[in-house]
Amino acid sequence: MAVDLENPSNYMTTRLRQAVNWGRKYSLWPLPFGVACCAIEFMSTVSSYNDISRFGAELVRFSPRQSDLMIIAGTISYKQAPILKTIYEQMAEPRWVIAMGACASSGGFYNNYSTLQGADRVIPVDMYVAGCPPTPENLLFALTQIQDRVEREGLVPAAVRHAGRIPV
Amino acid sequence: MSMSQKLVDRLRGEFGDAILAATSYRGDETVTVSRDRLLDVLGHLRDIEGCEQLSDIVGVDYPKRGERFEVNYLLRSLSNNHRLRVKVDVAEDQPVPTASRLWRSADWHEREVYDLFGVPFAGHPDLRRILCHHEFEGHALRKDYPIEQGQECSRPEHLFADEDIVRAARRASVMAAGPDALHDEVHPSDLLTVNIGPSHPATHGALRAEILLDGETILEARTEIGYIHRCFEKEAEDHTWAQVMPYTDRLNYCSAMLNNSIYAAAVEKLLGVEVTPRCQGIRVIVSELARIIDHLVCVCANLVDIGALTNYWYLYNIRESIYESLEKLCGSRLTTNYARIGGLSHDLYPEFGAEIRIKLDELMAGHTDVMKLIARNRIFLDRTVGVGAISRADALSFGFTGPCLRATGLDYDLRKAAPYSGYEQYSFEIPTGTNGDTYDRIMVRMAEMVQSRSIVLQALDKLPAGPVNLDDRAITLPPKRNVYQSIEGVMNQFKLVYEGIQVPAGEAYGFGEGANGELGFFCVSDGSGHPYRLKVRPPCFPIFSAYTHLIEGAMIPDAIATLGSLNIIAGELDR
Repeated sequence: MAVDLENPSNYMTTRLRQAVNWGRKYSLWPLPFGVACCAIEFMSTVSSYNDISRFGAELVRFSPRQSDLMIIAGTISYKQAPILKTIYEQMAEPRWVIAMGACASSGGFYNNYSTLQGADRVIPVDMYVAGCPPTPENLLFALTQIQDRVEREGLVPAAVRHAGRIPV
Repeated sequence: MSMSQKLVDRLRGEFGDAILAATSYRGDETVTVSRDRLLDVLGHLRDIEGCEQLSDIVGVDYPKRGERFEVNYLLRSLSNNHRLRVKVDVAEDQPVPTASRLWRSADWHEREVYDLFGVPFAGHPDLRRILCHHEFEGHALRKDYPIEQGQECSRPEHLFADEDIVRAARRASVMAAGPDALHDEVHPSDLLTVNIGPSHPATHGALRAEILLDGETILEARTEIGYIHRCFEKEAEDHTWAQVMPYTDRLNYCSAMLNNSIYAAAVEKLLGVEVTPRCQGIRVIVSELARIIDHLVCVCANLVDIGALTNYWYLYNIRESIYESLEKLCGSRLTTNYARIGGLSHDLYPEFGAEIRIKLDELMAGHTDVMKLIARNRIFLDRTVGVGAISRADALSFGFTGPCLRATGLDYDLRKAAPYSGYEQYSFEIPTGTNGDTYDRIMVRMAEMVQSRSIVLQALDKLPAGPVNLDDRAITLPPKRNVYQSIEGVMNQFKLVYEGIQVPAGEAYGFGEGANGELGFFCVSDGSGHPYRLKVRPPCFPIFSAYTHLIEGAMIPDAIATLGSLNIIAGELDR
């Protein structure tokens, strides 16, 4: 059956980029890089009370190849850093990264021989969430911020977005 | 004369000159022994005096002494209910004989002392670094190692070398030669190495295991920890005694209240003070709530791992509900920072008791629902009964405490065996299992939640009125009124905050029943406001050292179910 293109209520026009980004925005698949206390708050965010699925991001994937949003939940040590970098590189573009909590953002109150002073020393980070650990509401707010960015710049790969900013 | 003092006298009689010194301080007995008789003394203590457990091995660095390092062996007898600390002095690079043939827990404890202090243990089966990465140089807890000197790690370590795989294949061939042989000979190429972690849904934190599979059977497993080594002990030396409190939150982040209370109690032990009855009551209430939360998280995550997702929703929301009250009480959900040395941050808020009573009813409703779903569930029973079982003797030797030890049928609980914080006033039972398997560990935790609820209710009923903080200006902060209105008050506050509480020189081991077993803090003070050495005895460190023992011969799904039931919290494991 052919669509009646004469009647304007039968169709809408948009740009491909907008349509794709709109879809992508509500279907972010997070990879929780859960290492410490923040991972427990990530569990709270996923559980039924805070319910991350209201934002379309409940499909938690531990395989980097299946996910496009990495949530670094916890302290990154020097021992962990090469693993974080490998897993990030295994994620497909376009990809986003949330540094959840003080440790992932800056090392937090651990300034010592074992703790990396922020995950952005090894991989590019798109959003930093304050708190030690951040509350689930705080993490959900960061997620909506990422969604806004996805809508604006969705098809731009992270390598381009962060070009020149990150030591690789 | 206490049990432990009599023990020291018997040791003197037995070993004479090998006992170089014996001291008693704050209720802890310590004997210093000569290095060449160390194993004889330790062996005697294990076999004749019934010290079934080596709780911890603690290194302390005194750079100015000729024999620079002190190695402390913290021993505990569960059957005779006494404790003893055995101390040896060693110079740099001087080897200490390994105790790993006496207690299996010594294996990892000695590796830790080697990693952080560089004390070599002669005869140790596998003396490698454990917390710092394999490319690390130097020894981080030596006093001359600067705290901020980080060292980058370029790549993760392989846990199985080629020759290990060849050896395992040869062993498997010998084993396969029996009458039930599935195949004749195992070639190294038949074996498969699978890496699990450190970012894996089943590890609940940054743990790593590499397993060698023959078909679906785990031939050999090796574990690696230290991925979230945040240098608690080095940070503690860099802060005042009071400033360490927020760091304790992040050890076992599922039950921060317990860490807070036990750390505060350990420093109070070293100070020789006792907190007010109201403070004790409140610490019991919040500690037991933390225990409930810890068990909830452990059980529900364990059930998710074996596919029983529904239970997660039943149990997790109760925890969320208790967190609401804790957040109201101390402003934070996980990292509570509520206890203070000599008291608490502040008193309970007025509606706290009424709110908690309602939430404990919710707990019982969720508990009943979950028990209905799992207790007679065929799939659950098949996945857990007989899986990851450990004998009582092995559990003791590996240093198991808490629910994992009680699952083997031993009713040992520090709240009963060495009551602290007024636990002797409350009536409660010690739930035990029979086989020490995954099923028993889950069921012991389920039963303990009911007991903890009962303790909270009793403590709320009995909670005495009065102040929560000691009225001792050398320990607790002065009232704000004094700080704002008098110079003495300002000076008092200033000195306590900047210089810290002046803890008299000495050492003491404070401990309590954490959610997963004996949580202890070995505190050494040199009389300044900072800890000279603060060693945590985390319950899950020795428990995780037994993990490979538990899963060898099992299959991967069993390994996952077993790991969940052990309740390994990486923050506490790696510190």
